[in-house]
Order: sequence, then C-alpha cells, then structure tokens
Amino acid sequence: MHNFKENAIKYFFMANGMLSIIILLGIFYLLLSRSLPALQNVGLTNFFAPGYWNPTAYTTPQYSILNLIKGTFMVGAGSLIFAVPLGVACATYLAEVAGAREREVLKPIIEILAGIPSVVLGFFGLVVVAPVIAELFGLNSGINALNGSILVGIMALPTIVSLAEDAISAVPQSYRHASLALGATKWQTILRITLPAALSGIIAASMLGMGRAVGETMTVLMATGNALAKPSSFFDSVRTLSANIAIEMGEVPVGSVHYHSLFFVGFVLFMITFIINLLADVIFQRYREEI
Amino acid sequence: MTKSKLEKNPVLTESKGKLISLNALNESRQHEYTQKEIKTEKEVKVKVNDFSFYYSSKQALQNVNMDIAPNEVTALIGPSGCGKTTFLRTINRMNDLIPGTRLEGEVIVSGQNIYHPAVDVVELRRKVGLVFQQPNPFPKSIYENVAYGPKIHGKKKRTLLDEIVEESLQQAALWDEVKDRLKDSALSLSGGQQQRLCIARVLAVRPEIILMDEPTSALDPVATQRIEDLIRKLSSGYTIIIVTHNMQQAARISDFTAFFLLGELVECGKTAQIFTKPKDTRTEEYITGRFG
Repeated sequence: MHNFKENAIKYFFMANGMLSIIILLGIFYLLLSRSLPALQNVGLTNFFAPGYWNPTAYTTPQYSILNLIKGTFMVGAGSLIFAVPLGVACATYLAEVAGAREREVLKPIIEILAGIPSVVLGFFGLVVVAPVIAELFGLNSGINALNGSILVGIMALPTIVSLAEDAISAVPQSYRHASLALGATKWQTILRITLPAALSGIIAASMLGMGRAVGETMTVLMATGNALAKPSSFFDSVRTLSANIAIEMGEVPVGSVHYHSLFFVGFVLFMITFIINLLADVIFQRYREEI
Repeated sequence: MTKSKLEKNPVLTESKGKLISLNALNESRQHEYTQKEIKTEKEVKVKVNDFSFYYSSKQALQNVNMDIAPNEVTALIGPSGCGKTTFLRTINRMNDLIPGTRLEGEVIVSGQNIYHPAVDVVELRRKVGLVFQQPNPFPKSIYENVAYGPKIHGKKKRTLLDEIVEESLQQAALWDEVKDRLKDSALSLSGGQQQRLCIARVLAVRPEIILMDEPTSALDPVATQRIEDLIRKLSSGYTIIIVTHNMQQAARISDFTAFFLLGELVECGKTAQIFTKPKDTRTEEYITGRFG
C-alpha cells in the first residue's frame, strides 16, 4: 500500500513534468502539419527565394519570407545593440557598486519593466519615440526598425539585467580580492577580472534577451510600420515574422495556401527562437561548469 | 632582483628534510642578519604603534606594538581567532573591504603611516603584496595571470611584459614547469603550482613586502616544502610576513616570530629565542602544545 502511494506520487510529478514536453512537441507537430500543404503548393525554395511576401497578389502571388526574416533580425540585433550595453552596465552597477539596500529597491523596479503590457509599450513607441526619432534624424516618419529596436530593447532589458547580475554576482570573491591586493582599482577589477569571468553568463543572458526580442509581436507591430519592401537601413519600415502572422491571420481564408503559409512562417519563427534559446542554454551550462 | 641573490640561501639547505637544530639555525641567521644590518638604511620596514582593530563591536586586536625588520621572514603564530590574520591584512589595508571595521593607532610602512587619509591604497597594495590561503589564480592563462599586475600599473610593451613574466616565474620557481604552456589556463595547474603562480603574480608588481596568509595550509607536504624553500629564497630580497598555524613551519622558515593571543601581541623576537627560551609563560605553553 505504502509502495503504491509512493509510486503514485512519483508518476503524478513525472506526468506534470512530461506535460510541458508534450505541449512543446504538440506545437511543433501542429505548425509542421499545418504548413505542409503550403510547402507542397509553394515549395520550400520559393519561401527563401529572392522576392516579396505578397500572397494576395492579383496576378502571381509571392511567398518569399526573406524580407520578413531580415526585418526580424534587424529588430532583434538592433535591440541587442541597445539593450546589451545598457543591461550589462546596469547589472554591473547592481552587483558591484550598489549597496544592499539600493539593490533591494532597484532590482524589483527593473523587473517591473518586464510586466509592462507590450501594447502599452507599442503605444509609447508611436506617440513618444517616433516623433523623437523623426526629429533627430530628419525623417518623415519615426515608425521604423530603429523605433522597434529601442522598444524591444526595453522589453529585453529586465531579462538581461537580471541574468547578467546573477552571473556577475556568482564570480568568486577571491578573484576580486586577488586583483585588489595587486593594487588594481575597483574599476580595473570590474573591467578586467569580474566581467571577463562572468562573460559566458552575460552572453547567455543576452541570447535569452534576443530570444525574447525575436518573438515579440505587438510592440513591433505598432512601432515598425510593417512595410513589405526590402529594408536597407534602420530608418526603413520593416515587418517581422511575428507581426506578419498577427496582421494577416485574422483575415486569411481558412485552408487556403496563404493560411498554410502563415503556419510555415510561424514554424520558421519557432525554429529561430528555439535555436537561440538552445544556444543560450549551452553557453550557460558551459559557464556553470567553469565556476 | 638578480639571480645571485636568489641562490644564496644557507639556511634552507641546512634545515631541509630533517628536524631542525634551532641553535645552528640561529647562528647562521644571526650572521646573515648582521650583514644585512649594515647594508640597509632603515632597520624597521613596518612599525606598528598602539594599534587596535574592531569588527563592528568585537575587538580583534588590542594595543599592538611591533617592529618588523626588512628582508627577513617574520612569522605570526597563535591559536585560531587570535587576530594574526587581521593583523596581516591591516598591513596592506585589505581589511578596508570589510564593512563596519574601525581602528586606532598607526601602521607605518617605509616611514609612512598607511592609514593617513592622504595615502593611496592602490599604491600601498602595489608595494605590499598578499598571497592568500587558498590559491586563487584568475581564470586566465598562466601568462596573463602574471602579466596582470604590471599591466594595470601601466606597463604595456609586450617585450617588457615577457621579461617580467619570465623573471617572476623564475623567482617563484615555476618557470621550468610552465615555460612551454604559458597560454594554458592557470586553473589547469596543480594546487601547489597555482600557489607558486600566485606568488609569481605578486612578485611581478615588484613589491617591497610580501604578506602570506597560511599559504601552504591547502597544500600537500611536497608542495608545502617547495613553497617553504621559495620563501627562504625570496627573503634575501623581500620583507616577508607570514601567518602560519604550523609551528614547525614557523621555526623552519622564519627569522622572527610573533605570538598573538586573544588579539594581543604576547611576544615577538628572534625565532630561535621564541622557540627555545620564550620570555612569556603563555608563549611557552603554546609552543610546547599545552593549548592552542
């Protein structure tokens, strides 16, 4: 009887653990099976051929997602250029400079950033960031890849700060003491010893921030302008994979090639975030072994 | 420091591998000492006057007065919690890193009170190096570990750094073991090698004084002996102050010994005298093993 109870508890927890894996595989299966008709009709190569995304064209529909991928990576990379230096500087301040009480106040405030609804942030991009960008760079409109990058950077910031702070705090105190005892200043110690020692943790934090940025939908949808043209600079309007699905899924005839193509776009997005998160995890594991 | 200076270490060859005859030891050192006395201008490298130290409410040191001679090995002994490590760390102000500490009195290093507000702590720590209890090399290459100190003090020329690294590793008796793998991670070295690397790292900034906080307590006997040999060698060019739990070690390697008890400096004198005819009964009781 006792054994039965033990086993029941064990399997209950195992089932709960398995559930998330089952859901993940389920989503993977759903995306792949729903995009199969599109792959058959359009052909895998045509999705990645040079051209445009224009499934509702009057004459010949086009299904190239290259511009969408480019837009996604522009917003993702742009947000990192903005968020990583800021996030690491912030994490360094929290871990190395701020006193215990200061940290207690600041860390929750930064974490609140993560709780801002993305639609609110998108609105902020439209009415505050866009006019500033237009003014600064003399553009007609500030609704472009740069705007999206800044906003998504703000969204990725809490993830980067929080994980990078953990990584910096985990650097053994003996390294800092050894450096200080050699006559290094506090800042020399931080820049030459502490941050390099925490580097793989910081990279992992940035990758996870990137994963967040790439999948982000509502903010970029509101702030980037969603043009389908090939973007050539950060001042151009771009459309990301995620925004593309959100914009078109509501109006597409169910079962059409266009409908199935959107599932393929979702599948590509899923693979990109999956690979980024996997890389972040691998780097994080390596980093744990080092410490 | 030149090589010829390093090679002269009469005490070492004598005491190696057998129980030390303290009298013989004493004689040879006395000889060495009188020679040095003529050479050096200042007889006192570190002078401590009425020094007291507090960790928030707890007093760790009370009214310590002590003179430390240049180019000699001074051992600090005493039971755990007696304040010897605290005392060691006041000499390069590593205790500054602990919040809530307070002190009275003065510590004069090379004629300068190091707790004077105008003193540059960074410069002090360059002059007074510290070797920790646990070997703590940086997670960098062997080369970068040694070059770190000179680099942060503004030496950038590659050839100069190469020279300093080689010389420091030679002095720390590690060069022959690592010269073919300077690019390897310092963490790939054994514990004893890591500790010698940490000593080389300190030597690379050309300090005047080297503090050692139980540098061999984490090492095996063979590695311990190598470090002890090294300390004897280095004493011809550096003032070395070493905290040790091991009284045999203090007797083997030091010229002077200071005995701390409950935050008080009980007795300080020539090592041979402390171990053969201590003036204070508490010292005698401690070194004969009646407590501690």
